[in-house]
Amino acid sequence: MTPMVPPTGPALFSVEGMVGMVFLVAVAMTLTGGLIASNAERLVRAVAGLIICFVGVAGLYFFLNSPFVAMMQILIYVGAVAVTIAFAIMLAAPEQANKPGSTGPLVGPFGFAAAALLSGALTVLVIRTDWPVREKITTGSVREIGIQLLTNHAMVFELVSIVLLIAILGALVIARGGREG
Amino acid sequence: MSSALTLYNSLPTYLTVGALLFGLGVYGIVSRRTLIGMLIAAELILAGASLNFMAFNRFTAPDPVTGQVFALFIMAIAAAEAAIGLSIVIALYRQYKSIDAEDAVHLKG
Repeated sequence: MTPMVPPTGPALFSVEGMVGMVFLVAVAMTLTGGLIASNAERLVRAVAGLIICFVGVAGLYFFLNSPFVAMMQILIYVGAVAVTIAFAIMLAAPEQANKPGSTGPLVGPFGFAAAALLSGALTVLVIRTDWPVREKITTGSVREIGIQLLTNHAMVFELVSIVLLIAILGALVIARGGREG
Repeated sequence: MSSALTLYNSLPTYLTVGALLFGLGVYGIVSRRTLIGMLIAAELILAGASLNFMAFNRFTAPDPVTGQVFALFIMAIAAAEAAIGLSIVIALYRQYKSIDAEDAVHLKG
């Protein structure tokens, strides 16, 4: 819109620049949250990092033209999964002293090297590949998601609901077993 | 248009973030000692996979509905996995009074 756009990209305080800044904030939240979730000493902090990471991922979904999935991400992951993990920590994880020694061979530098190798190789692959761009045949709106969910993917939709039902019942049975009264 | 402020409009950005999330998850799984920590890291891996699906959905797929539907299914499966995993952790805790993965080696039989 602005005629004074420098050739390197949008200015920081134009609309596009602010959008880009918000995107960078979302990426930073995702990566920081992931770092906290995988490295924090105490599990409660790891869950807090997981929540930050999920909010950042929801922001990325928003940038990917999917506000519906972004909303579901916050509802399901932040609202349900992270809270469930927090409850499990409260029920099952006293502040136990970290037992020193007897760590496996993968802990420490080897685990870090494996993870760094994996993500580094994937990143190189991503950057070197020439991804094709195809034309869209639909707009991907919420209305179309609903229609496809109940026509093309109706079978999977029903199966997922059965899986969720069985998972909830199974979780109740497993967690209740061995408890008196 | 190669400024850092236009990164949101390119596929490799999202795929790189997804790869980094995957790497963080792998590192968490191999380095954590507690079962709940491993579950948290597994959630990171699922988030990375889901982000990849959504990125391809936005940039290369002809029908931008499919990836969103797939991401919704991944969310449902992740919720089921978290519920089952955490109930197993609680059952183990009741038996062994610990959520350290090494204390559960008796389950080998």
